[in-house]
Amino acid sequence: MNTVNPRGGIKGGAHTATRHDSAAGHVTGSAIYLDDMPNVRGTLHAALVLSPHAHARIVAIDPTRALAMPGVVALITSADVPGHNNIGPGTIEEPMLAVEEAEYVGHPVAAIAADTLDHARAAAAFVDITYDPLPAILTIEEALASGAIVCPEQHMVRGDPFTALGKAPLRLAGEVRCGGQDHFYLEGQIALAIPGEEHDMHMFSSTQHPTEVQHGVAHLLGLPFNAVTVEVRRMGGAFGGKESQATIIAGIAAVLAWKTKRPVKLRLPRDVDMMATGKRHGFLIRYDVGFDAQGTILALDMLLAANGGNIADLTPAVLTRALCHADNCYYVPDIRLRGVPCKTNTVSNTAFRGFGGPQGMFAIEAVVEAIATHLQLPLDAVRRRNFYGTETRNVTPYGMVVEDNLIARVTEELDRAVDLAAWRREIDEFNATHLTIRKGLATMPIKFGISFNLPSLNQAGALVHVYSDGSVHLNHGGTEMGQGLFVKIAQVVAQAFQIDLDNIRVSATSTGKVPNTSPTAASSGSDLNGMAALNAASEIKTRMSAVAAEHFEVPVDEIEFSANRIFAGNRSISFGDLAQLCWQKRVSLSATGFYRTPGLHWDFKTNTGRPFYYFSYGAAASEVAIDTLTGECRTLRTEIVQDAGLSLNPAIDLGQIEGAFVQGMGWLTMEELWWDAKGALRTHGPSTYKIPGSRDVPPIFNVRILPESPNKELTVFRSKAIGEPPLMLAISVWLAIRDAVASLRQYKYRPKLDAPATAERILSAIQDIRSR
Amino acid sequence: MAVLRFLLNGRAHEESRISPTTTVLDYLRIHLGLTGTKEGCAEGDCGACTIALARRTGDSYVTANSCLLVVPQLHGASVLTVEGLAGPDGALHPVQQALVETDGTQCGFCTPGFIMAMFAFQESGEPARDDLIHEALAGNLCRCTGYRPIVDACRRIAATPSAQTYAPVPRVQDCPDYGETGARFLAPTTMDDLAAILAAHTNAQLLAGGTDLGLLFSRERKSLPLLVSIAHIPDLARIASTASGLEIGAAATYNAALPHIEALYPSFGSLIRRIGSRQIRNLGTIGGNIANASPIGDTIPCLMALGAAVTVRSTVGARTIPMEEFITGYRKTALAPGEFIEKIFLPKPQPGETFTANKISKRFDQDISAVVAAFAIRIGGGKLISIRAAYGGMAAQAARAHALETELAGRSWSLEALGDLESLLARDFTPADDHRASAQYRLSVAANLVRRLCLEMNGNAPAALETL
Repeated sequence: MNTVNPRGGIKGGAHTATRHDSAAGHVTGSAIYLDDMPNVRGTLHAALVLSPHAHARIVAIDPTRALAMPGVVALITSADVPGHNNIGPGTIEEPMLAVEEAEYVGHPVAAIAADTLDHARAAAAFVDITYDPLPAILTIEEALASGAIVCPEQHMVRGDPFTALGKAPLRLAGEVRCGGQDHFYLEGQIALAIPGEEHDMHMFSSTQHPTEVQHGVAHLLGLPFNAVTVEVRRMGGAFGGKESQATIIAGIAAVLAWKTKRPVKLRLPRDVDMMATGKRHGFLIRYDVGFDAQGTILALDMLLAANGGNIADLTPAVLTRALCHADNCYYVPDIRLRGVPCKTNTVSNTAFRGFGGPQGMFAIEAVVEAIATHLQLPLDAVRRRNFYGTETRNVTPYGMVVEDNLIARVTEELDRAVDLAAWRREIDEFNATHLTIRKGLATMPIKFGISFNLPSLNQAGALVHVYSDGSVHLNHGGTEMGQGLFVKIAQVVAQAFQIDLDNIRVSATSTGKVPNTSPTAASSGSDLNGMAALNAASEIKTRMSAVAAEHFEVPVDEIEFSANRIFAGNRSISFGDLAQLCWQKRVSLSATGFYRTPGLHWDFKTNTGRPFYYFSYGAAASEVAIDTLTGECRTLRTEIVQDAGLSLNPAIDLGQIEGAFVQGMGWLTMEELWWDAKGALRTHGPSTYKIPGSRDVPPIFNVRILPESPNKELTVFRSKAIGEPPLMLAISVWLAIRDAVASLRQYKYRPKLDAPATAERILSAIQDIRSR
Repeated sequence: MAVLRFLLNGRAHEESRISPTTTVLDYLRIHLGLTGTKEGCAEGDCGACTIALARRTGDSYVTANSCLLVVPQLHGASVLTVEGLAGPDGALHPVQQALVETDGTQCGFCTPGFIMAMFAFQESGEPARDDLIHEALAGNLCRCTGYRPIVDACRRIAATPSAQTYAPVPRVQDCPDYGETGARFLAPTTMDDLAAILAAHTNAQLLAGGTDLGLLFSRERKSLPLLVSIAHIPDLARIASTASGLEIGAAATYNAALPHIEALYPSFGSLIRRIGSRQIRNLGTIGGNIANASPIGDTIPCLMALGAAVTVRSTVGARTIPMEEFITGYRKTALAPGEFIEKIFLPKPQPGETFTANKISKRFDQDISAVVAAFAIRIGGGKLISIRAAYGGMAAQAARAHALETELAGRSWSLEALGDLESLLARDFTPADDHRASAQYRLSVAANLVRRLCLEMNGNAPAALETL
């Protein structure tokens, strides 16, 4: 990376710690988000009408009073969809607005467009809807009891787990739960639909998946895909919450625009956003594990029951990823993982950073901790016995060989950096001398699979133009949600052309520029789009090289791009001049690039295959303190070692690691989704739903990117994906809290502590363990 | 007068047409096209809409949630938005530069709010202490970065107010009688005028900081026919030390009162630092807190345990009511029609008495309490001589725990002697289950806070979590 270029090199190439391209725009408020765009003349503003019932038949919708309100122009229900009322992200059809039945409190039933936002929101309260309430299923337990599911169960089986369980010398069963999580992107869901000529619909949407918005709107309006263009410059955060959910919002705006023939903007107020749109799946986990006296896992039968909410949405894929991560770093020879996608009358849950991975890892960590407690062995010792091997014991339950195993490396690197044994002694000394405050310490290794489980999604396109002054326009299928994708891909192109980064401008993602894209999700943004952009740049470079070779009258293989110039031995021409020369020679300076991840396959019938191109690894250790009288908790210190391959941008990657960790910590500690007895979510704004604040971040928080660790696979400049994996390092915090609780009884018992570990749950766990 | 005058990013600004219940956030974004200020929640909890305000010439700029302010509240102030920080040549302000250099932005949506919070922190001249930085940032949520780079940026810019000078606050003689019948905003300058207005208009809604009332306009999108602001009445903003205690005018903000209260009762001060955020405490008032009579009302249990009293006034004169009698039920007070709160009297610490205030919530900063407990306690000869205990979050209103107080008086001051506090508290309170906590947890923690106090006073308990 630091090879010295005698010609001076370039600014902002691959592997440099380069700033976010919009940083100056962010701090001055000049970066433009969708709601900041000047209104198009005649724009209407929309508001949703939500169901107050968890489950009810919609008997009648009377819009008379609402339509008579000031400024109101139109009201739509599902009956107003001119085309096909389907915006389901998968193969299961799902409607944009409730049809016949409202299935959760907050289910959008109708939408109103008016001249102002206030008029639209005021009128929403005057839509008279007659409901006939029906029985509702509100919890995973109720759904399991009644067999309510949103899609088929998924089973992942290897060997003969039941026989192996029967033969195992030791056996434990248990149950643990983790809650869901609201994305709490700071910019709420928003879309703007602008009708054009001849039924064209131009959409601006805060979406991670412009192509899905394009397809959804086309379905709803009965149009071919080429009539709908979707554009997104940036999102104010997304985290998975704007993958499929954005399509609902865009679809409603589009149908209102279609009906009124006017531009329509739909922006959800925070409460509506949190009530009406999906979240991370809460899970109920039940396990039965067989092991030996040394802690080696011999067999595991585990239920992972996900709260899918009212419809399938992305639940099938989330569940698959949960099953694919319920091994985490551990080899389990005989195993059955049973995934149940429970249907409940709560909002349909969806993608959220980690996408089932966090819940799968949470589950297996509870199992390994149970074994360690039972055997009175250190948790890390039991983990080490079960880590995947490099030559043997290296096949996952879904049949993929772990070829790039860095588990030992990251955990040893962590230990070397922090001296875990000494740290543990400090904890023990503290606990021996303090009456009411207890400390806990735990580590967390992770192995996270990179690629969409669905092989067809692992493709990307890019579009690169070199203008005749040498400036470069870059476009690709990925979306910018703050993760720094645009700057990373621009770095890739700068590296390819060997020109300074500031010559490259990235334009808004648009289905009109790069078609048939995948969502920017599954940590895949830079892997996929980076390679597509590299391929486009390489194509143009090849053409430019031919022109340069002709110009300098040398063989093409003597042409070298370096330090903003193109060299033939000692002679050179600037990049801009060569671009001008190409134009004169009538050589195309525009190319599309395409990439598909090699070697992936997945059998949905058996849940086996090679779903992941590679794995990302990491390890963390966290120290917490709890007040045993109130259950209050603080995370005091976190140390992280995270694999990023050869990081494309260490500054951006550091931000991803820190941000993901804190987000994961929020999921497992203070972020609580609380529904009342009628199924209404009562934590639907920041006054009631608490995400971490600056004081909640561990005061000692050190992140190390694993050095000299090129990706074994041929990813873009040997980098690795970074968006999701570090979130799961936060499981160390949950385990450390359990450790602190367990210390009250000399670590003899497993605490009863589900997630999120709020002060209330911690105090309850303390009272429970003291009573044993 | 019918014109509002204020400085906006250094330029004189007049407004005479906007509805008096339009929020400043909507005004900036929709009416003025200043879209740098963002709406993240419209309930004063995320900080994306943070702006900076100076009320009087010479005041340093402090933060406020623009979503909770209505436009007439800006009258006479100097307002800075994120658009007003960079130099005329576009050069970044030092706080902007610091956040760029620490890679402190990702999606950038929360960033303008953080920039304004950082700007006010820098202007305050406070040192680069982590507790102060967290206090300064507690009103701003970021979902991307994990805050570390933002805190680092604060460390860089602390106590280095920029050389850049901002235009002085306009000298405004008049105070607004703004709007028209049905949508009117009045800001009297004397208590007598205020009393007369309240006597004449039964539909008048008093407005102090507006941190609770603002939700009606911001989130509920409602309007009111007549708002009467008390912010321009100097007598109501007064904070005075007397021989017997502290008088806090009803219009004094939390942050104005904080140093005075903290000097008398450090524990009460620590609790005030956890009420809302700096943005909220720069607007909100203790008078508003008690008039609101929330069942939790963070200051109310403290004031009850300390034997505070409330002076209320109307055209017929003033009367003083003990704090306990002022709160009469769920969001109900002893205020009669036409009456307003003039001041709150906080007695000086009594020799031999210990006071502590506790706040239990899911998040340390800017969270509504599950339980607030305040104890004023006197120990002698190893015995608990007397205790005044008041709780919020345990019932429909904040209240004293009389059964607990009576039963504990005279007992030995030890954990063993305290015995089954939960049963005692259950005689005083029947708490509810809700999204903040279960009834069981509330009872447990309410009892354990007495035990924690006992351990602390007997020298057995370690420092609090936040000091680790």
